[in-house]
Parts: sequence; structure tokens; C-alpha cells
Amino acid sequence: MTHPTDPGRRRFLTRGLLTGGTLMLAGCDQLSRSDAMQRLFAASEGVTQQAHRLLASREALAREYAPDDIAPTFRANGTTMPREADYQRLAANDFRDWRLEVDGLVERPQAFSLDDLRAMPARTQITRHDCVEGWSCIGQWTGAVLGEVLARVGVRDEARFVVFHSADRYRGGEPYYESLDLREAYHPQTLLAYDLNGRDLPIANGAPLRLRAERQLGYKMAKYVMRLELVSSFAHLGRGRGGYWEDRGYRWWAGI
Amino acid sequence: MRLLDDTRKAPRPTVIKRHSAFTRLWHWINVVCLAILLMSGLQIFNAHPALYWGKDSTFEAPALSIGAERDEDGSLRGITRIGDLRVDTTGVLGVSGPSTDRERRAFPAWATLPGPRWLAMGRQWHFLAGWVFAPLLAAYLLYLVASGQLRRRLLPRRREWRQVGTTVTDHLRLRFPRGEEARHYNLLQKLAYLVVLFVVAPLVVLTGLTMSPTMDAAWPWLLDLFGGRQSARTLHFLAAAALLAFFVVHILLVLVSGLGNNLRSMITGRYALPPDHALPTKKETRDDASH
Repeated sequence: MTHPTDPGRRRFLTRGLLTGGTLMLAGCDQLSRSDAMQRLFAASEGVTQQAHRLLASREALAREYAPDDIAPTFRANGTTMPREADYQRLAANDFRDWRLEVDGLVERPQAFSLDDLRAMPARTQITRHDCVEGWSCIGQWTGAVLGEVLARVGVRDEARFVVFHSADRYRGGEPYYESLDLREAYHPQTLLAYDLNGRDLPIANGAPLRLRAERQLGYKMAKYVMRLELVSSFAHLGRGRGGYWEDRGYRWWAGI
Repeated sequence: MRLLDDTRKAPRPTVIKRHSAFTRLWHWINVVCLAILLMSGLQIFNAHPALYWGKDSTFEAPALSIGAERDEDGSLRGITRIGDLRVDTTGVLGVSGPSTDRERRAFPAWATLPGPRWLAMGRQWHFLAGWVFAPLLAAYLLYLVASGQLRRRLLPRRREWRQVGTTVTDHLRLRFPRGEEARHYNLLQKLAYLVVLFVVAPLVVLTGLTMSPTMDAAWPWLLDLFGGRQSARTLHFLAAAALLAFFVVHILLVLVSGLGNNLRSMITGRYALPPDHALPTKKETRDDASH
């Protein structure tokens, strides 16, 4: 005996499955947002950071590559041309009027021109940039060692983080900013980079100055840096999570 | 009378203790962890749906990519590329969702955690589940070695290698060991568990760690071991696919070799040896007679 196919029943079953699936997915999303899960995620981030710091010493260096490994074009991500009028004016004049302000919890607040930074102890390194999306790109960076800049202004004892304020508002929204703790800020490969692959940093990659923190993901490495602020807490900035992407759900610890 | 009746029935099967409490607990935690890891992993993959070999991303020549294109009549087509091969995967890969509301995304919403595009949340699920999976895996492997179970239950014996042909054909015909033979894993089971436990699972953990820039500073040998971060990412994806393949075969074999008995052995630990005296087929009778 053969059973006639019953399209009504099949449709009912399919719909039931789809609805069930949708409900389950919605349930997962609600779970993602619940306080209990948020606490678990925060705990997991804490363990990840501690484990990383247990295994990677203060000085442990990111891999440096050979000139042959440099990518033909360094991929630009996020903002590639800030539209802000102030920035455009600075760019029109080849950043001659640009100054890096360093203030907050420092002994001697100062402003540095590009020439000032180029005259400071520099480092050149060929490193791999890892985006949180999953891709990697190798480039050669030259810049002032951040630790030297911090020594010049004198970091006060209460300071715990360096905040990097950028000129751009990503997609015209809120200002871009990022933060590192002092351990990462004083790492020998952490640079305020002004050259990429032996030439002036292009605007797409953050001219005139971008952060390089080679043991972190790309979103940490603020481009179009205008100001460094030393703080004991970043609760008063943005939405209080220590960075533009952190304010949008990405974790502050971006070493993974 | 009852006594007589009982003797006429089949004898009660021998019940053995098959899985320790640790094994059973570990197994069910893994079910949850691996589901979360796989689905959140696909969410993370969707943020950059391409794989590469080497140190960094050769954007023009990915080893695999999943994308979307518009064809002549303007409809979206999901296109999966593996090397030079191009496959239209509309509906599942590249373009998916209800036909009225097609969405460009590598893996479909039903396969990712969370469902909508949400990389930040996918990462949080992935790392949280990873923190449960990886330490427990290490503990379980140590337990297998230290308790002697690795040697006693998983390492193949010379005799088994000699019978490899029979074991394979029996498996393909879905004829599973019965009676005393069912006390032990057969060669194929042993090899599958050994490869998954000691090769694929450690590979998936280590290639995952290689994607962390801080881990690369801590353990630079990871980059050399896997041929660079992007190679590690590709291997991570392949190892996850291997785990998924294992899962599918595992479920199928559990279903066809006695769902209830298998399930019970993974819940209570008790496994009834399938009775030895199943009705012999004609061929078996003839074989027996010829001995």
C-alpha cells in the first residue's frame, strides 16, 4: 500500500520545524544578552587575559618577519578617510600643524610634532597584523617607541591605562578611541608608527600616526591618533568600556 | 511453572560496566561544548569567509572562500570556491534565509551561534566553551594514560591487525560484534577514538591557540609547527570539520548498533553484551559446517 503524499501535513511539519528553530535561535540570543551569561563571559575574558599573561612574559616579542614576507598592499580597514573638517585641514598641509597632545595623569603634559616624534628613539619592525575578523597582513612599521614617549612626559603612579584618542568618527558616529594598560604600553614593540613599508603612513592606514601593539588584535591599534591621555580608569570615556569596539560588545582584552 | 517459563526464554544478557563516571560526564559536557564551539566558530568564520595557507592572507588567492554574486536577472547567488573550483551553493552557503528575505552570509543562520551576524558575541561563546573543552580534554587524555585504559582498551593488538579485512567488511555490512567480542572495542573503533582523541582534538586546540597574537609571542613554535597563522586557521577549520564528520558517523553507528543499550552505557555506565546466538544466516550455517 502506498501513502499519498500529504502536502498540507508536510507544510505543517516544515513550518513547525522552522518555528521551533526560530524560537530556539531567539532563545540563544536572549541567553547571550542575559546577565548571568554576561558575567560568565566577563569571567572567561579575565581567565583568558591571566593565562596569556602567565605564558607571555612582559618582554615576549611578537614574531618579526623578513622583507620578502611584506604584503604587496597593506589592507586598510575601518575608517580609511576621516571626513572631519579639522582632520582634512591638517591633511591638506601634510600634517605640519598636527600635534600629538599627551596629558592626563602625567608630570609634564606636552605636545609633539611629527618631527619631534621622528627625532625620538625609533624602532622598525616587520610584523603581522591580525584582524578580529580573521585575516592577517604583514607590513613594516617604523615609529617612536611608546615607552620613550611616556618616559618623556613622566607617568604618574596613579595612571593605569593609556587612552588613544583618534581624529575619526567611525561611520560618522562616535569618536574612535582605544586603551592599553601600562604593561602592553611599555612593551618594546609598542610603537606610535609614522611610516609603513618605508614611506609616510598613508591616510588609509592612519596618517599621520597610528598605534602598533603587536600582541593585540587590529581593533586595538587606533589610527589618526591625536591625543594620548593617561588615566586610572576609562569609566568616564565613551560608554565606559575602554574603546570604540569595546563599547560595542568586543572585549577589552584583545590578545586573542 | 514460572521457573520453567524463564528457562525457556533467552538467557539474560551479560551486563558489563563499560564507561567510568568520568568518561560519561566528560562525554555529555563535550556534547554541549562542541555544539557551542562549532556553531560559534561558524559565526566567527562568517566575519571573514575565506581561508588561506601561509603566514598571512593572500586575499587574491584564498584556498577556500564563500561569497555572493548577483547573476544577470539580479538575484543573489551563493558561490563557494575551493581553489579553482566554483560551486553554486545558494540557499545554504553564501546566500541563505527565506526566499523573500535572502541574506548574504557564508554559513546560514541556523548553523551559527548566535543566529544573526554578531561576531563579538560569537567570540565570547567560543572562548567560554573553549575554556571548558580544552582543560577537560587535557585531563581526560591524562586519565586515559594514567589509568591504563589507553593501553588496555584503545591500543590495537597485533591479532586485531591480522583481522583488519574481516573487521572492515563486517562494519560495512553493519554486522557488529556480539557476545564476548563486544566486551572490547574493535580495531576500527580503537583507531577512530585514538585519532579523534590524540590527533584531531589536540590539533583543534593548538591551531586555535595559534590564532591568538599573544600566544604567538608566548609560544612562537606554534607558528612554525602549523606553517603560519593563516595555515593554522585553515587547519582549525579542517579539524572542526573532521570532528563534525566523526560526530555524524558516531551518531549513525550508535543508532544502528542499539540506541537504547548504547545510550544507557553512556548514562549509567552499564552495557548489555548483545547476545551471541542471533539466528545465523544460511551462509554462517554453511561456514560453521565446513569447520
